[in-house]
Amino acid sequence: MAVSQMIGARIQRREDPRLITGGGRYIEDLKPVGALTMALVRSPHPHARIRRINADAARALPGVVAVLVASDFKEVLKGSHPVAPAFVAEKLTVPDRYPIAADEVVFQGEPVVVVLAENRKLAVDAAEAVEVDYEPLPAVTDLFKALEPNSPKAHVNLVDNRAWDLTYAGEDTVSEAFARAEVVVKERVVQQRLAPTAMEPRGVVAEYSEYDGQLTLWLGTQNPHFIRLFVAGMLGMAETKVRVISEDVGGGFGSKISPYPEDYLVAAAARLLKRPVRWIETRSESIQATTHGRGQLFDVEIAAMRDGSLLALKVTQYLDTGAYVGTFGAFQACACLLAGGAYKWPGGVAARTVGVLTNRVPTDPYRGAGRPEATHNIERILDKLAHEIGMDPVAIRQKNFIQPDEFPFTNNFGLIYDSGNYQGAMDQAVQLVEYDAFRKRQAQARAEGRYLGIGISSWIEICGFGPSAATVGATGGLALIESAQVRIHPTGSAQVFVGTHAQGQGHETTFAQIAADTLGLPYESIEIRHGDTAEGAAFGYGTYGSRSLAVGGMAVRKTAKQVVAKAHKIAAHLLEAAPDDVVFDQGRFHVKGNPGTAKTMAEVAFASFGASLPEGVDHGLEATSYFDPPNFVWPFGTHICIVEVDPNTGSVNLEKYVAVDDCGEIINPLIVEGQLHGGIAQGIAQALFEEVSYDEETGQLLTGTLQDYLVPTANEIPTPVLGRTITPSPSNELGVKGIGEAGTIASSVAVINAIVDALQPLGITHIDMPASPDRLWQQIRAAQGAQA
Amino acid sequence: MADRLPVSVAVNGTTYTREVEPRDLLVYFLREDLRLTGTHVGCDTSQCGACTVLLDGRPVKSCTLFAVQADGKTLTTIEGMAKNGELHPIQKAFWDEHGLQCGYCTPGFIMTASALLAKLPNPTEAQIRKGLEGNLCRCTGYVNIVRAVQSASAAMAARSAATPELVERGA
Repeated sequence: MAVSQMIGARIQRREDPRLITGGGRYIEDLKPVGALTMALVRSPHPHARIRRINADAARALPGVVAVLVASDFKEVLKGSHPVAPAFVAEKLTVPDRYPIAADEVVFQGEPVVVVLAENRKLAVDAAEAVEVDYEPLPAVTDLFKALEPNSPKAHVNLVDNRAWDLTYAGEDTVSEAFARAEVVVKERVVQQRLAPTAMEPRGVVAEYSEYDGQLTLWLGTQNPHFIRLFVAGMLGMAETKVRVISEDVGGGFGSKISPYPEDYLVAAAARLLKRPVRWIETRSESIQATTHGRGQLFDVEIAAMRDGSLLALKVTQYLDTGAYVGTFGAFQACACLLAGGAYKWPGGVAARTVGVLTNRVPTDPYRGAGRPEATHNIERILDKLAHEIGMDPVAIRQKNFIQPDEFPFTNNFGLIYDSGNYQGAMDQAVQLVEYDAFRKRQAQARAEGRYLGIGISSWIEICGFGPSAATVGATGGLALIESAQVRIHPTGSAQVFVGTHAQGQGHETTFAQIAADTLGLPYESIEIRHGDTAEGAAFGYGTYGSRSLAVGGMAVRKTAKQVVAKAHKIAAHLLEAAPDDVVFDQGRFHVKGNPGTAKTMAEVAFASFGASLPEGVDHGLEATSYFDPPNFVWPFGTHICIVEVDPNTGSVNLEKYVAVDDCGEIINPLIVEGQLHGGIAQGIAQALFEEVSYDEETGQLLTGTLQDYLVPTANEIPTPVLGRTITPSPSNELGVKGIGEAGTIASSVAVINAIVDALQPLGITHIDMPASPDRLWQQIRAAQGAQA
Repeated sequence: MADRLPVSVAVNGTTYTREVEPRDLLVYFLREDLRLTGTHVGCDTSQCGACTVLLDGRPVKSCTLFAVQADGKTLTTIEGMAKNGELHPIQKAFWDEHGLQCGYCTPGFIMTASALLAKLPNPTEAQIRKGLEGNLCRCTGYVNIVRAVQSASAAMAARSAATPELVERGA
């Protein structure tokens, strides 16, 4: 029966017809009548004092309506940019951040002057005509120098560049294990800064209505309700007077979770000028002023026995927060709490995170956020250890995995892994990649002077944020639960409003699959709506951290079941039977043993608006509810990569990439595979190509366009071989976990481990990212020199 | 205010005559003057290809051409690919193969793919990848985009075989 098979069905996405015909609605496609265009004058300096701003020439240009500086916003924008506690509740220094600089600029790209003109060209012309006189100040450009007492400070009034310094578990936790260890291996692992580079840059359009005091804000965001909360707060307006609408969003990858200065400035300008205002980010602005990801350094040290038994781990994270602490920047400290990965640590895990303020754009979550870093650390150091003790990397993992019968497993920081079969996923990956055959081929190749290598990454992930008890503290009060509202209309079509919001993940399809099966209505008659704070439940928590299905999808499930429960009573009444004698099966209510006489959900919906209802039952067929998960969900898997490195050029050929991932039960395999493809590509991109770089002395951005910031093309990314295991999550009745970030979490270290394995004959034991041809060639040259 | 110049362009079969500034980029002419918003701007520096349209059948990055350079020419944008409510085989293939996620880069890829398949109706995977290297996608890892082009190539070949008179349109 068709209605029972939507969950798990490999169906095409319903989003696509509009997107493949040019009918998508992205932020730049919106242009309210009479809208002004905003352009920003941004700081060209990483750190400087603003001496004087002369906007006379700009104001005199035709079509220029206003040129505004920080003081012009004082009356309408009150407050400071929000910073969530995330995983570091106690911070040492959180500099106040106003959306526009007043006296001091602290990163290149910080807004200094707002220009509003009749169209885009005039606004840009006018911005160029503004003169700003700066007094350059010494910039903080290096994480470790920043921590020295005599370092310049990221803001002139700071006494210390340390944003936080938190020890989750001290050295004493592991000192006994390190003392008795037969082998200790350490490494410094660099997580370079990355530009998330959603293909659609950010943009904001705002309209203020004097008629009802209503501000409508359209923007491309992952997080409409939070943005409404923040914007309403900064403008001193009630949430009811701010409506955020986000339609098609051209990618996010974490960079569209937090609010931005431009969100506030566009809203404020619309209010001040009483005209609609729009601002569309250019790519150069995006690389300069949209939050970056990663930007971390780790010291990792592992204690083990010579037989490969792991004992203990020490991890210190140095995180470049940028010039302000990102709204969810401290989320990335979860790299510490997940440091132990898929393994058991009888001797403990010590972990410390240090947040360091620098004169760069703030860092915030980027696909995986903390979990790729944790995976990279543990999988890298494990390979180094295996090499040190002459053990096979597969064998050392196998020896130390948490076993299937040990779930739920409480890790060293009290986090409870819900379910898993780590060995099962690795076995399948080893088989798919033909591991043993490769080792023979590798030995042959080495004899011929060729450098082939294989890299393993067994990853785990915390996602599905999250249980209220665990997440309420992370946001400062709002637990990351999720809402859904289900409404069935009189003729049986249903609308489902959710508090999540997709940026390519296909929720309009997968959530409809869940709703169809639960409500017993045809998939085609269900419409999923999201992205508009004026619709649905009072609050939604957005899409990030692979949470939408396990929390939002479950909210749909739970709410739909409430609707079914009400429909059940009405159906029993219509069938003139006791509710207990009525069953709901494949979209039809009937008396037990008499399936021939039945009421469909659509018929019940019609009746629910009629005159004959059972006693105590209200009209209509709708419900709103929130789902609070009992635990996080914990996807896992193993990726294995085979590379060949050309020692003469330093170039890396990705010969084969195998990924076996377990995200629990699957709603739509097509979408799961797509998420993996893209995620893997982003991790490969970090491993080999991408890096936001700044001049070490001047702090100037060196990778300001996509000419310099290397997003890989179709030529660089291989087609991965995907395997799968399914270990349902016990945390929700759908048995689902999450898959949005898995590929990225796993892939960077699979690639790097493979390159290191390839270059082992040269004595190379570690490689930093990105493993660009230039970096590899130099390292190979140095190693060859050392061997000669 | 700069002088304005007349431009006459046939876009998706309709001829439009407008006055533009010499500095107006073709992509904004399409998006703002003609309100054809399916063509997107992703980078401003001609790396990403989100703005790709066909100019006299050749793929061009409309963010790197002036509107005046299109004067007297024929343009096809994503809005001109489906005919009489029927998706172009490349559009259908992107849908079938899950060749898109956020969809922002998709119109550019479809336009580039259509030019590629006009030139090489039966490309190898390597030729497809090479042919798409001027377009960036951040969501798909290109896996299903490549598959979509392969499947579109097969569908178009089958269609041409069945109805030879449609060969021209398939380009």
